[in-house]
Amino acid sequence: MASDHHDYDHEEGSPLPEIDLRVRALESLLVEKGLVEPAALNALIDTYETKVGPRNGARVVARAWLDPAYKTRLLQDATKAVAEFGYMGRQGEEMVVLENTPTVHNMVVCTLCSCYPWPVLGLPPVWYKSAPYRSRAVIDPRGVLREFGLALPEEVEVRVWDSTSEVRYLVLPERPPGTEGLSEEELAALVTRDSMIGVTKVRAPAAGGRR
Amino acid sequence: MNGIHDMGGMHGMGPIVREEHEPVFHHEWERRAFAITMAAGFLGAWNIDMSRYARERMPAAEYLAASYYEKWLWGLELLLLEHGLLTRQEIESGRARGRSAALRVLQAADVGKVLLKGGPARLPDEVPPRFKAGARVVARNINPTGHTRLPRYARGKRGVIARDHGVFIFADASALGQGPKPQHLYSVRFSGRELWGAQAPERDAVYLDLWDDHLDPA
Repeated sequence: MASDHHDYDHEEGSPLPEIDLRVRALESLLVEKGLVEPAALNALIDTYETKVGPRNGARVVARAWLDPAYKTRLLQDATKAVAEFGYMGRQGEEMVVLENTPTVHNMVVCTLCSCYPWPVLGLPPVWYKSAPYRSRAVIDPRGVLREFGLALPEEVEVRVWDSTSEVRYLVLPERPPGTEGLSEEELAALVTRDSMIGVTKVRAPAAGGRR
Repeated sequence: MNGIHDMGGMHGMGPIVREEHEPVFHHEWERRAFAITMAAGFLGAWNIDMSRYARERMPAAEYLAASYYEKWLWGLELLLLEHGLLTRQEIESGRARGRSAALRVLQAADVGKVLLKGGPARLPDEVPPRFKAGARVVARNINPTGHTRLPRYARGKRGVIARDHGVFIFADASALGQGPKPQHLYSVRFSGRELWGAQAPERDAVYLDLWDDHLDPA
């Protein structure tokens, strides 16, 4: 198995080959007991590996940048506004969208576990679930942001949202300058996962946007 | 519980390690652990708060060394044992002793539908709120051995109600099988200075979602 060669085996704990055997054994036990249906397992994996991910959230952000009425709906009732795209359900039952502005910067964490808005961002990256991010985001948000390459001036208010309930938070990043005239699709392509967690900003297109 | 999972504000966890172009799953076993945990959850034998409480009970040293899906697997085994769906002998031998009594088992054709439906925690708005937006509150100094969504770093601290989310299942009760205990959930703003002292920048703040049972008037 290729798992012997992957560097990330050593980043967070060290999954031994036994883990692979343990999961397989438990899965076949559950199938044998009639508690899980193998085809359903594959459908679950396929959903989060190929269908649900941060491109969903990026479309929401791009729409909000282009359509002021949509942005108003999104900030007032995010659950409903996000559902206009068909994004809803598991781990996004209650959505709140937080708008970043030149004076307020929002970022999201879950210090107690790894709560994350699945319908719009998919499953969280390893760093979001890791002890370094979960422990530091609340006590040293500016230090964390600097690690992500974002140094905010002192005048900017940093708001950290600790996801301690079933409410899920999505950051609406600032639209970068130089993006006037771009289509919704072109704008969505600029929006990164990390900007919607609030640890980075969206950067203007590299090849010189229109002015 | 005052477990290692409650790590907000701790030092010494090292740098944040990011991976460019990170895949959704790194190994086949992660895909399988994710899927069996999700599918077993749909049996309805336990709720999401019980799932979190199960993972929190992983011994602290193991918890810190474990990857995310190792924690999921550990929690799943505990839930299956505690709810009598598997026995220790079955897990150790890998052999099933008979089939389980009829439970609703997630079918492939229903996956899309049940994910879109989700598991709403919002309840009918039939309970009056104890606080209004703008009210000054103090988070209770509680140290339960069971499950709580009030992190240690906010206990005893003063904040302001930023918004009333409405009536929700109270996770602390629900995790212990005590029912939903419906009550208002609020977004509460705590200044960085209140939480961390003079070292915190003056303007910065942390918002937590807390329930009526976590709060007193300040």
